[in-house]
Amino acid sequence: MIKVTIDDVEIEVAPGTTILNAARQAGGELVPPAMCYYSKLPGTGGKCRTCLVEVAAGSTADPRPMPKLVASCSTPAMDGMIVKNKTSERVQTNRGGVVEFLLVNHPLDCPICDQAGECHLQDLGYEHGSAKTRYREERRTFSPIDIGKKIKLHMNRCILCYRCVAVANQLTDKRVHGVLHRGEHAEISTYIENAIDNDFSGNMIDVCPVGALTDQTFRFKSRVWFLKPYEAECACDKCSGKAVVWMFGNEIFRVTARKDKYGEVETIEDKTAWICNDCRYDKKDPSKWNLIGPRKIDRHSVISQGKYATKNDNNPKLIR
Amino acid sequence: MKADHPQAVNEAPIDFSAATMAEMNRVIGLFPEGKEKSAILSVLHLVQDELGWVSVGAMNRVAQILNIEPIEVYEVATFYTMFHLDPVGKNVLEVCRTGPCQLVGSDDLIAYIEEKLEIKVGQTTKDGLFTLKTVECLGACGYAPMLMCKYQFYERLTKEKVNEMLDAMREASKS
Amino acid sequence: MARKLLIEHAAVPGITTYEVYRKHGGYASVEKALKTMSPEEVVEEVKKSGLRGRGGAGFPTGMKWSFLAKPEGVERHLVCNADESEPGTFKDRYLMEKLPHLLIEGMITSSYALGARRSYIYIRGEFMYILRILEKAIAEAYANGMLGKNILGSGYDLDLVVTPGGGAYICGEETALIESLEGKRGNPRMKPPFPAVKGLWGNPTVVNNVESIAAVVPIVNEGGEAYAAIGIERSTGTKLISASGNLVRPGVYEIELGLSVEEFIYGDDYCRGIANGKKLKACVPGGSSVPILPHYLVTKTAAGTDRLMTYESLADGGFASGSMLGSGGFIVFDEDQCIVRNTWNFARFYAHESCGQCSPCREGTGWMEKVLYRLEHGNGTLEDISLLEEINKKIEGNTICPLGDAAAWPVAAAIRHFRDEFEWHVKSPQEAQTRNYGLIQVPLEA
Repeated sequence: MIKVTIDDVEIEVAPGTTILNAARQAGGELVPPAMCYYSKLPGTGGKCRTCLVEVAAGSTADPRPMPKLVASCSTPAMDGMIVKNKTSERVQTNRGGVVEFLLVNHPLDCPICDQAGECHLQDLGYEHGSAKTRYREERRTFSPIDIGKKIKLHMNRCILCYRCVAVANQLTDKRVHGVLHRGEHAEISTYIENAIDNDFSGNMIDVCPVGALTDQTFRFKSRVWFLKPYEAECACDKCSGKAVVWMFGNEIFRVTARKDKYGEVETIEDKTAWICNDCRYDKKDPSKWNLIGPRKIDRHSVISQGKYATKNDNNPKLIR
Repeated sequence: MKADHPQAVNEAPIDFSAATMAEMNRVIGLFPEGKEKSAILSVLHLVQDELGWVSVGAMNRVAQILNIEPIEVYEVATFYTMFHLDPVGKNVLEVCRTGPCQLVGSDDLIAYIEEKLEIKVGQTTKDGLFTLKTVECLGACGYAPMLMCKYQFYERLTKEKVNEMLDAMREASKS
Repeated sequence: MARKLLIEHAAVPGITTYEVYRKHGGYASVEKALKTMSPEEVVEEVKKSGLRGRGGAGFPTGMKWSFLAKPEGVERHLVCNADESEPGTFKDRYLMEKLPHLLIEGMITSSYALGARRSYIYIRGEFMYILRILEKAIAEAYANGMLGKNILGSGYDLDLVVTPGGGAYICGEETALIESLEGKRGNPRMKPPFPAVKGLWGNPTVVNNVESIAAVVPIVNEGGEAYAAIGIERSTGTKLISASGNLVRPGVYEIELGLSVEEFIYGDDYCRGIANGKKLKACVPGGSSVPILPHYLVTKTAAGTDRLMTYESLADGGFASGSMLGSGGFIVFDEDQCIVRNTWNFARFYAHESCGQCSPCREGTGWMEKVLYRLEHGNGTLEDISLLEEINKKIEGNTICPLGDAAAWPVAAAIRHFRDEFEWHVKSPQEAQTRNYGLIQVPLEA
């Protein structure tokens, strides 16, 4: 085991653990945000740059500081490494810069976006963004497209995290969408009109950190904070059948996988509990589900209490 | 800025000439077994040499040839700027617009060609002979201003040289 | 006249053929290395030579070679970076076009040193005609037993392949080049792991610039120490400089490192001064991504000493008053050039060439380009100038690969040295559309 210090907290982790995962083991405020890294999807990370941290000492063997901020999601922790996240002014300033970059071409259409309330970009914007934009130029726009009957792609909102590409590569048998063009013009698309048709393609919606990929069976049906999430399970021959059903009264409005506080699908019985498209889109009848009980949502965003927690509010009320 | 790329329509894979296929097999054979995908850029250049541009049907065929998914071909073809994803004229004039060329008059050169061919950058002449494009640095800065057409470099260009070049291209396309 | 180690025979008729090249001493380094030296000894000579990567970063080549992982039973590769795309740089093209066999000879000797049995030359797609020249030369080398099985009876086998890019500056970054060579989009990889451990197809890989590989030939022939005797300080040997812009005689020159900048710009053996009798306004000495220098900092450092063509002297004064040797793309601006226009032009280049993978570069380069476009076209504000400084600080150092830095530095340096000209564009927008600002005043402290 090696010892790494993050924001003055010493953490013992297995060699090879990344700084971000070491921080997650400790939990709490010192965990850097991550918009593109997804621990359950190998190969993701390093792209959004929101998880940048300062390495004040590289290791016991080589205690020199690293000159540049490093992406904590893809940098391995070393024995004796000293990392600064919340305690580094430089990290906070630069992370604010990254958030500003992510927002310059973002449409800021939260009022009509289904992701609002559980959007990681919204959270980041709240924490780091400035109330005013300095971007005077025309924003980049794309028309929304259907990729299959069940998924709507709003490229305007996309931050190019590549997570959905990883899902298509790793969970489905055939990838039909990807990243096209480059630079500012890079976009997620199928290039030709093509439907994503696979039992597990719906997981792309769950991994999307923003509202770029939304569930057509839930689109514009309700704001997420009006719904009550219940842990539920069903007998399914394709997936674990362990999901969260989002209810209004006795109606199921949507079905998602069970996600942890970092927005990642939970590991249940040593397996990532991805859910299949049948469970996600077609089982909206409550009789098909066994409701286990209310689902705790411990993200600090709108969804958890109908309003943003203040910075002093360390114990946000949970929906029951 | 509208960066909208309307989705293309899927097309059946098209066949290439025997000569192109033979050359494709040669460049694929340059890489070890199982690494055929490495030849994708060479193969796309060959497609463009034959068709003048890279169509959806051609990309679908390339996917079959390299035994990969079509999206992998689209991803690559849209990343690299040498591939024309829309039909172009017989001669694509790619004029360098980057700094060192600009210092010695590439702006004037582009304006002159626009005037001469009566088209704007990105357009094709009515007779289908010329398409004018601007590109970033082609590595000929000491011999600027310059343009590239069919992998050939035309350097230290003046109005007179451009006139000669265009006339020669017109002449060549008659035969 | 300075010694020429690389391009001495460039003008010899027929030098692109194996026979003529061989007659002029070609492939001697292959014979020497394969017959009389161990691979480790070749690496040692390169270390002794002090050769630094000629692609722009200037990292010691011998050290880079010694980092190559050598696990048992795993193939290793040498990849030649011939994706020359940095604006202002065209030396590799010259070298490959005139002396294709020099690169192939360097590839064989270097591959032997690294234990690579399958090596690649990745050349930018626009240089297709040079790819044909190289293909022909490679075929000749095979026919003469310099490539293939059991080269010169040494038991060493090597296959060499040349393959084209498709139009992407970013593929000059070594991990993007490797991705491209694997047939993918040219997205740079996260590091670690470095290519020396996990490169092409997951195998340990060294990526070197064309000129670095060519320089291995004289280093092996004459010994590392003889090479290191040329030049000064840690800038050893000769360097190809691509001179462009408003010069009497632009082109490719091989210089001994340590030549004065003054001599290079005005000397009869070199560029012979500024074209059309104009005055020097500014100079970008190492390719578009290095900081621009105003006329009073080109031939002299801020301390008043002669500025020399070396890694150290061009960087003298740090970013405040220095620049970098970079890839040796020496771009000269005369008094009639507009710095704002040129800065916008370079910003447009980097926005065009960003791969779009990480957010600071994807969004930041596009943003800077748009702000600079407005400034250049008379629609800027004074706040825009400070905004540009802010944006480039947020890009610099925060991206996956150095393209972010390369995009940020020229903008930062232009504003640092030519702020008056930027402000003039804001305060006199109409006038700025009709004439150029002219020479900038030398600040009092300079």
